[in-house]
Amino acid sequence: MSDAATASRDLRDTGLDGPVLNTRLACVWGTPKGVIGWLSSVDHKVIGRRYIITAFLFLFLGGLTAIVMRLQLAQPENKLVGPDTYNQLFTMHGSTMMFLFGVPIGEAMAVYLVPLIVGTRNIAFPRLNAFSYWVYLFGGMFLWVSFLLNIGPDVGWFAYVPLSGPEYSPGKRADVWAQMITFTELSGLAVAIEIIVTVLKQRAPGMSLDRIPLFVWALFVNSFIIIFALPAVMIASTFLILDRLIGTQLFNPAEGGDALLFQHLFWFFGHPEVYIIFLPGTAFVSAIIPTFARREIFGYLALVLSLIATGFLSFGLWVHHMFTTGLPQLGAAFFTASSMLIAIPNGLQIFCWIATLWDGRPVWRTPLLFVCGFFFIFVAGGLSGIMLASVPIDTQVHDTYFVVAHFHYVLIGGNVFPLLAAIYYWFPKFTGRMMSERLGRWNFWLAFIGFNVAFFPMHISGLMGMPRRVYTYGPEMGWGDLQLLSTAGALMLFASFVVFLWNVVASVRGGEVAGSNPWGAGTLEWAAASPPAPQNFDHIPFVTHREPLWAERSGLPVVTGLSTRHRELVVSSVAEAEPQLRETSPAPSIWPLIAALAVGATFIGSIFTPHAVLWGAPPIAAALTGWFWPKNTPEDEE
Amino acid sequence: MRTRVWSRHVLLLSSALLLTGCNLVQSPLNPVSPQARDLLWLFWIFSAVLAAIWLAVMLALLMSLRARRDVGTDPLAADPHRESRATMLVAGLAVATGLTVLVLTGLSFAGQRRLFGNETAAVTIRVLGHQWWWEFQYEDPDPSRRFNTANEIHVPVGQPVLIKLESTDVIHSFWVPSLMGKVDLIPGRQNILRFTAERAGIYRGQCAEFCGLQHAKMGMLVVVDEPEAFAQWRDAQVQPRLEPATDEARAGEQAFVAAPCSMCHQVRGTGAAGRNGPELTHVGSRRTLAAGTLPMSRGNLAAWIVDPHGIKPGVNMPLVKLDPGELNTISAYLEGLK
Repeated sequence: MSDAATASRDLRDTGLDGPVLNTRLACVWGTPKGVIGWLSSVDHKVIGRRYIITAFLFLFLGGLTAIVMRLQLAQPENKLVGPDTYNQLFTMHGSTMMFLFGVPIGEAMAVYLVPLIVGTRNIAFPRLNAFSYWVYLFGGMFLWVSFLLNIGPDVGWFAYVPLSGPEYSPGKRADVWAQMITFTELSGLAVAIEIIVTVLKQRAPGMSLDRIPLFVWALFVNSFIIIFALPAVMIASTFLILDRLIGTQLFNPAEGGDALLFQHLFWFFGHPEVYIIFLPGTAFVSAIIPTFARREIFGYLALVLSLIATGFLSFGLWVHHMFTTGLPQLGAAFFTASSMLIAIPNGLQIFCWIATLWDGRPVWRTPLLFVCGFFFIFVAGGLSGIMLASVPIDTQVHDTYFVVAHFHYVLIGGNVFPLLAAIYYWFPKFTGRMMSERLGRWNFWLAFIGFNVAFFPMHISGLMGMPRRVYTYGPEMGWGDLQLLSTAGALMLFASFVVFLWNVVASVRGGEVAGSNPWGAGTLEWAAASPPAPQNFDHIPFVTHREPLWAERSGLPVVTGLSTRHRELVVSSVAEAEPQLRETSPAPSIWPLIAALAVGATFIGSIFTPHAVLWGAPPIAAALTGWFWPKNTPEDEE
Repeated sequence: MRTRVWSRHVLLLSSALLLTGCNLVQSPLNPVSPQARDLLWLFWIFSAVLAAIWLAVMLALLMSLRARRDVGTDPLAADPHRESRATMLVAGLAVATGLTVLVLTGLSFAGQRRLFGNETAAVTIRVLGHQWWWEFQYEDPDPSRRFNTANEIHVPVGQPVLIKLESTDVIHSFWVPSLMGKVDLIPGRQNILRFTAERAGIYRGQCAEFCGLQHAKMGMLVVVDEPEAFAQWRDAQVQPRLEPATDEARAGEQAFVAAPCSMCHQVRGTGAAGRNGPELTHVGSRRTLAAGTLPMSRGNLAAWIVDPHGIKPGVNMPLVKLDPGELNTISAYLEGLK
């Protein structure tokens, strides 16, 4: 065999090591240079980073809308904004926080971290991943550009019919809402499928089901919830646009439709949505606690089972959002019981985490501080949720500020505090630098105090009879002082995010340089460089324990035999993670972007004419043809 | 968090008392019916139990963070004895959680059975939700005793009241927290709500489901009268409007009927028979204007007619061009419709 023949053959990583292997793989897995290269990237870390930054951008925008609302409500009969602007503001706030921040941020973190933690080189279906990011970005931009053009939706993030229907919301505003939902949820579904396949088929050899870190379990269960929940809201929003655009009467009682059908569809998604937002929070907490408690997580099996139980139960609770709609009492009572039931798996999780801390040696760094904030706030929100699960109590507090207080305790406590902990925790992995501890503490205390000052008084405002979604109130109602206090707290909470942003920007430039494992953590992402090389790992690790880096102190065993000439990763079996195949991972491509543009144009066009669906089909078909056009990959040649 | 509910209890009560002082209460903390009292009692039981749980969890968290056990450097070296003890403890807590929610569910069910009963009502009122005002139709077997009014209802002390809830446009929610929890008004359906007021007084309510631009200004008053006063009020409401007593009022009535006002508003006994807006036959006897937005007075009537969109932007009442004389007489006339 000639030298040339040897060189052209598939070159394996078996004999290679060190910088030679590293450089070669980085070259194979890297994102091409230039603008086209940048737009073509399919690297899960590049896309994950874009996802995270975009989701935080929407968090800030949503926060700004909240600040304007808080200023408006700071005094009775305030004239800062009128009812039209106010209604748009709370619709934008809810829609942005739920659809453009809440769902995407968990998926964004998963896109970046799951492939690293399961020890693979890229996410499954990387081009779909690129596509879903673009779809998400365009959907979010579409909503915000509409808002800035004064056609922002004003029917609430829940858009109940008939208020959002053709008769009571003429114009394009409710159409913008409906199409934005369908559009961005498409991206959520795509990412959920990628995560599930990555977790089931791309785990590092040896990472059997009982060695999957809880972080991954939580996001895995979350992806299933997403797959089953999002279609319900997409159906609701599609039915709505059909009623509005082509004159179906699905929600019109006068023509045999049903106004409550919308609520059932919406909340069949809407309640699992709460868990779609909360489970990534549990993922972060389950990853952070063992590292900072310096011991393995307590009750691994119990925690996995609670996650799965939460996943199932989350679909049996939706009616507790509809207790005042006059449903049969027996039916409503069933949902009281199921809503109470979910306290058991969630309580179990809390007990296991506290037991882990109890038996460990807590290391006081900013991530742990935010986790403690999570306990304080989330447990309170969860417990006030038990009150809302009771039909009689709910009839008094439903749609009042008590509920506003409750779900901000749950969502900010259950998602945002763990998320901030997670950013402080994984920032060295993302950037290679540590975030400032001093600013971190400022950030935490401002957020913690600001949050409680803003939201605790809302419980009382609600008990004093203040309904939600009111743009103003009379001085005789006596809500002014508490509302002013809430506004002061909200400003403080906002300030904490300014400190956070400042910390991020300052630390990216001048933070202390972090090694690959600055916290001494046990999971696989800390075996990769900080920031990770494009290939993540030079050799795919072989996993022998749930906390591989703690178990294998002298260096991880690895798997060899993968190509160094093209993108190749290991496909393993579902239960035991036995290596099965070497699989080619797709190379960068511009087609996902083009396909997303075509889909985006179709969706936006469909607001103006139903025929846009026809005109949009050929460009989408062309883009998909380009995307899937067979290429002579090295794998095909073999 | 629930603990702080208790610590703020004092503040809460004092503000509730303050509100009672100005006779405009809209709070579940001020129950005046057995139903609302039951609800508040349930609320406080839940609050107390859940506050205790929250405190216990926070205490455990605090202790777990203070625990400074001397352990080795190996994070994987768990002591099997301690592990099994912790397992027992956590399992016990999970069972305790289960029992707690079981008890709370039972309490909730019992409350539900008591609250949503089927007693026969002495007074039946059909409520129609409109963007953004309330239409009330008092039902009676005798058709001549039926009448309509808007944004203010009267009910007698100590007699069961049945409210039938319907909507003419979008979803609204009927909520008078001192009397009962809220129930939605949904197009194409009829919902039911019952209460028995125990104390005379004026209680405020407000729409609790977002219903569009002026959801914030869709208030109502429930006036609980002694039975005799209620009977009197009811008899008066059944009557057509009071004959205008002064020249000014008579001129006002003519102007009102001739102006576009009569296209939307009804004043029984005159040619004004519109049904799109609130019935005005006895508007002068009501305490507020524009669905609880302004106190009733001649000045406010004029202000409302002159600039409805300044007071309630987006309201369906159009701006009607009237000359100052007409405005003056119409306001006087309406104020006189006791």
